[in-house]
Amino acid sequence: MSIAILPDDPQLRERFGELKPPLTAQAAVIEANRCLNCFDAPCTAACPTHIDVPGFIKRIASGNLRGSAMRILDANILGASCARVCPVDVLCEGSCVLHRQNHKPIQIALLQRHAMDNFHASSRKIPAVPRIQNGPRVACIGGGPASLACAAELCRRGAQATIIERRPLPGGLNTYGVAEYKLRAADSLREVEMIQKMGVEFRFGVSVDSASVLRELEAEFDYIFLGLGLGAMQRLGIPGEDLEGVVNALELIAGYKIGHIRQVHGTVVVVGAGNTAIDAANAARRLGAQKVYMVYRRSEIDMSAFIFEYEHAKQEGVQFLWRMQPLAIKPDAHGRLQLETVQMQTMNGSLVPVPNSQTTIDCDMVVPAIGQSPLAQLVQDLRGVEVRDGRIVADRATGKTGNPRYFAAGDCVNGGREVVDAVAGGQRSARAILQSAGVTYA
Amino acid sequence: MRAFDAGWGGAVWKTIGEPITNVSSRYSATDWNGLRMMGFNNIELISDRSIEINLREMMEVKKRYPQHAVIASLMVASNREAWHDIVARTEDAGADGLELNFGCPHGMSERGMGSAVGQVPEYAQMITEWVKEKARTPVLVKLTPNITDIRAVARAAKRGGADGLSAINTINSITGIDLDTLTPRPNVDGKSSHGGYCGPAVKPIALNMVQQVMSDPDAALPFSGIGGVATWRDAAEFILLGCGTVQVCTAVMHYGYRIVEDMIEGLDSWMDEKDFKTIEDFRGRSLPKVTEWKHLNLNYKIVARISEQKCIGCDLCHIACWDGAHQCIHLDRESGPVDGHIEMHPIPAMSEMQSRAAITETPVSRKERATAGLGSDATPLSRIPRVDETECVGCNLCSLVCPVDECITMVRVENGLQADTWAERANDARETRVQRT
Repeated sequence: MSIAILPDDPQLRERFGELKPPLTAQAAVIEANRCLNCFDAPCTAACPTHIDVPGFIKRIASGNLRGSAMRILDANILGASCARVCPVDVLCEGSCVLHRQNHKPIQIALLQRHAMDNFHASSRKIPAVPRIQNGPRVACIGGGPASLACAAELCRRGAQATIIERRPLPGGLNTYGVAEYKLRAADSLREVEMIQKMGVEFRFGVSVDSASVLRELEAEFDYIFLGLGLGAMQRLGIPGEDLEGVVNALELIAGYKIGHIRQVHGTVVVVGAGNTAIDAANAARRLGAQKVYMVYRRSEIDMSAFIFEYEHAKQEGVQFLWRMQPLAIKPDAHGRLQLETVQMQTMNGSLVPVPNSQTTIDCDMVVPAIGQSPLAQLVQDLRGVEVRDGRIVADRATGKTGNPRYFAAGDCVNGGREVVDAVAGGQRSARAILQSAGVTYA
Repeated sequence: MRAFDAGWGGAVWKTIGEPITNVSSRYSATDWNGLRMMGFNNIELISDRSIEINLREMMEVKKRYPQHAVIASLMVASNREAWHDIVARTEDAGADGLELNFGCPHGMSERGMGSAVGQVPEYAQMITEWVKEKARTPVLVKLTPNITDIRAVARAAKRGGADGLSAINTINSITGIDLDTLTPRPNVDGKSSHGGYCGPAVKPIALNMVQQVMSDPDAALPFSGIGGVATWRDAAEFILLGCGTVQVCTAVMHYGYRIVEDMIEGLDSWMDEKDFKTIEDFRGRSLPKVTEWKHLNLNYKIVARISEQKCIGCDLCHIACWDGAHQCIHLDRESGPVDGHIEMHPIPAMSEMQSRAAITETPVSRKERATAGLGSDATPLSRIPRVDETECVGCNLCSLVCPVDECITMVRVENGLQADTWAERANDARETRVQRT
């Protein structure tokens, strides 16, 4: 099955123009030449997929752009999307030794993007690997980064992998959940297409939601990799949550990315202060909201969003309401919404309401963004796979679960981290699957 | 005239002779690590304008700038009359001195001029003598570096009566090849030809040649230093090896005449700092500090020290020492120092393997980020290399690769041994043999 292509949407392109423009070819070479080429580089160590950063950067400097991209892809098959979405401040760029010399780290993300953009633009392919005889057949459930990385790694080592995705488009949150000004859905799909061309098979619109479907998969495949991601968005648990105009953050983001939501208006209140909450708030601004508030029950210093995301939101004109807890959402007489809130304070280490501090915010949309809930019911049915606190229990180094035919990695194991963590986990699982299947390499 | 207005003291008028036809293109360069024109190459010949025009303009310039030195660079066919004629005409035009171009390494040399003269001491001496028969102004001989020992021609020039020398002319070069067309640069209708190399890249070669000539009593003459001079520092170095003047060309072609402003100011303030009143106060001061290898003290011992405070943890010194020197810089501050030979230490590939095998996760929570040590000013101890001074030979390599100023210093180690040189050892050995027989 070929991957559906999203039609170009000029309005989307205009409103969600890229946050950081790509480097020009010459700027990339100048920046690449700045890299010291550290021994056992800290940037490589800091990257969960351990991309040979100085290696790919020096290849840019020498004009070996194809080699540069291959160097990246060797370690991280989603190198193009990671270049756009990785919080590099706390990863490779954060660990650059130049912080300690002149406070100007190498722009690793932009360089990586330069190499990958060139790779994709030149319609290069990853060299095909011959299939190994009687290799394991693996089903990767979920079409997000963990499964893509696992399947690609299997394929590159000559094994067979099939990705099973319930939605019509692959890529998981890369396609549906990342702010468009960071990673366009089209770019995510282009990357998946490259993986498909490597020989990974895809089945779309297949929900693995019952024991019977699982049994069918178990009959067809030798191993099953769980790259399920997280469950649905957490509910606020307050009255009025199902009213029209209450749209959770992931719904909002996916909605505008694939064209279902064209614009919003009036006042939007985002509840929560994580990175996804910020993506949703910024999106609301760009889609036309006059006012966007972020409501968070704790204070600024407790916020889980990265500092650069917080700064970005402020620049987009998002206003923050700290120590405020939603109590209820009500419709008003004019078809708008009223969000009832109460001020919070910390007493004896716990968060309690301030008496008589209720306020009401008149708004047009409420966007719950307080994280994704643990996994759906499905995993409870997996024989021998332990689930604790809504996460699958799997070995970090191998992805092994309690059931020797099941491996797992990504958000469903780590509780929700970055794309690059999912890629690293998926890749490690693939190697462990091959080892478990008795495939050895010279 | 624009150069004189900018502050230059003199100019060499290059090069007057029977006009030639040039090709296009004429220049090419060697870029390095993103920087342009580390080395520069030309296949241009001498002036393509007639001797009359050159001399008329020279007269004009001297009229307007009588205080500025104008040296005429000359190159004519190798016969006495031709040289006598050009010398007389040039001096009549007002030249303050003559520079005999025995250096041009391309084109002119194929016609028996330029370096074809400069590579044969007898020719160089002969032509210098012809010129001196006629010349009333000082005569400089410009030497080519495209020769095994530059002193041979310098001595010949001196024998021929030259008043001074200038060096170096450009070095034979092919700067590079276009990897698409496979044609070397510069490309003249699909073909190229070797050119003359100059610019910052040639300065070390030039300094060595200046030193060789200036340290040889049979060759040394007043010297005009040439070769990669672009800043006051370069100028100071040439002067420290005995040059009375320096000539600048490539740097002006790159940046324009105004580079002389910093050359003047920088040299001035350095001289102030060092309490030098005139050029003569420091000219040649470094010459006694250059000697033959056999007179170097074999018992002088230095070792590298790495500053824990300044180290940024790039570990370039570690891999440079392991792969390019003496395997005595180790990453063992955390695990405990081990002194001794190579076999006692884990090889660098081990560290790389360990880092790549480690499981790393993005620090997503505030707490994780706080413990990740990001943006910290302190380099982790495990990444600060340590020098095993028992094995360090004091080669300097680590201090050269270190990107941080004054992070790696070379420190003298007192070993209680008296100075000893190879020459002395050889001499002692000879005496011992003589005594035995």
